[in-house]
Amino acid sequence: MNDVTSGPILEARDLVKKFGDFEAVKGVSFTIERGESFGFLGPNGAGKTSTMRMISAVSTPTSGTLSILGRDPLADGAEIRGRLGVVPQEDTLELELSVRLNLEMFGRYFDIPRPVLRERANELLEFTQLSDRANDKVDDLSGGMKRRLTIARALMNQPELLILDEPTTGLDPQARHLLWERLYRLKREGVTLIITTHYMDEAEQLCDRLVVMDHGSIVAEGAPRELIAHHSTREVVELRFDVESHDHVDLPLSNFAQRVEVLPDRILLYVDEGDTTLRELHAAGIVPASALVRRSSLEDVFLRLTGRTLVD
Amino acid sequence: MSLSPQVKAGAPAWLRSWHYHATYYAQTWRGSVASNILFPIFFLASLGVGVGHLVSAHTGLVQGQTYLHFIAPSILATTAMQLGEGESMWPVLAAVKWIRSYHAAAATPLEPEDILYGKLSWVVTRAFVTGVVYTIVIGSFGALESWWSLTLPFIGALIALAFSAPLVAFAARSQSDAPFAVIYRFGFVPMFLFSATFYPISAYPGYLRPLVQLVPLYHGVALARAAAYGNASIGPVLCHVAVLTVMAALGIAWGRRTMRRRLVD
Repeated sequence: MNDVTSGPILEARDLVKKFGDFEAVKGVSFTIERGESFGFLGPNGAGKTSTMRMISAVSTPTSGTLSILGRDPLADGAEIRGRLGVVPQEDTLELELSVRLNLEMFGRYFDIPRPVLRERANELLEFTQLSDRANDKVDDLSGGMKRRLTIARALMNQPELLILDEPTTGLDPQARHLLWERLYRLKREGVTLIITTHYMDEAEQLCDRLVVMDHGSIVAEGAPRELIAHHSTREVVELRFDVESHDHVDLPLSNFAQRVEVLPDRILLYVDEGDTTLRELHAAGIVPASALVRRSSLEDVFLRLTGRTLVD
Repeated sequence: MSLSPQVKAGAPAWLRSWHYHATYYAQTWRGSVASNILFPIFFLASLGVGVGHLVSAHTGLVQGQTYLHFIAPSILATTAMQLGEGESMWPVLAAVKWIRSYHAAAATPLEPEDILYGKLSWVVTRAFVTGVVYTIVIGSFGALESWWSLTLPFIGALIALAFSAPLVAFAARSQSDAPFAVIYRFGFVPMFLFSATFYPISAYPGYLRPLVQLVPLYHGVALARAAAYGNASIGPVLCHVAVLTVMAALGIAWGRRTMRRRLVD
């Protein structure tokens, strides 16, 4: 495996994926370095999952070039997949079988000998804090536990690159934080992570670098902080007025901010100093039903770039 | 988690998929014992012994056999068909759509073809083992008259594969299970009843006989009888084997396409 220790772990140039007439991915290019944690942020239908399936060496690109672990997935698909871990959007676990057996049966797909399977299953059950549930049916686990088991399963072959599609969708906050913490640990141990998400907090927490996808294209790329600094102001003032729809609020708000976004349920003012802006609004006699000052986030970057919110 | 060099057990990819099915079955086999082993024995006892009593009182022997001996091979054939059918529709749709376990497998070094061959070889294994058990059972009813009977488990395996392969291919491209009930009611139930299973083909009027001979299960039943009695001529036997083999081969070719399209497109 000395052919992959240098150079990017994954390189995509002008990747396109079409399903009949529908173009799910419209020529995306990106490079992911070894040890990095790289994100794909975008709403549902942005082409994230199609991109994930191509970089998992499962689905074949319609056009473009792709190199995974220094190899060509068209020629060496099985070999590449043997060195990847994939956490799909759905858990795809065998619900009728025990937690341990789910790991060991899956490990068999990688041709791992039985004694090694047993040992690794124990290690990973420990790592994902499922040791005391090892002999329970998967059906009896909570959503967060199932998700952790899916991650443990993806680690059975000790992958160099772990690909996670929407890892925490549908989990409660506590389960999400536990999962994030486990992913940090993997990253510290040198595993490269690729994560898709439509949660901006997840992207900010987990990703060193990310691309923002919309309608099958990449609309921005960079570190979360960089993207925010580049595409948004330091702070945001969220105003709510006591009206049916905020579209019809007729106030000279643009005088108080660098940029104004009107959403159905609130109005966002992009400013440097939120508290100062609030005072100025009050002085001008503009009194909203509620007001909130917060730091800019990737949500604002997305709104700026696409004119839409991430989660709707 | 250190990146140690991978140790390999050396199993071919399709066998790893077979192993997955076998492990799964080892955990969940209890429910299927009734339908695969006990029901055929009940059938044999009630029809062979009960109805057989009536038949022998009225018509004597059927094709030179007691009624029990007449239907014993056909129950092996229909059991093999049902096993092939039961393994191939709902379980495969679950694996590609509901549980998505084949998608999970496709993200490993396995190719869609390996997943297909693993599935079909597992069906063949189950049918063969069921055939062995069943051959012993009908042997103990005294219904075996030839050393050719020892081929019955292989015949059962071939029948199961001939039905399983096209159904797996079909299920792999299905979006819902609605067609399965139709296939079952209007395909399998009539085949089970009308493939000269419970009475000889000579019971049909002459113009219907060629029609019955077009039914795939008819060839399975006829082949099983040929093996049990050891009195068939080579021509018809080869024809029965050929029909079942062609069904299996076409089903596999179709399944390679539908599995690939479903799993890696």
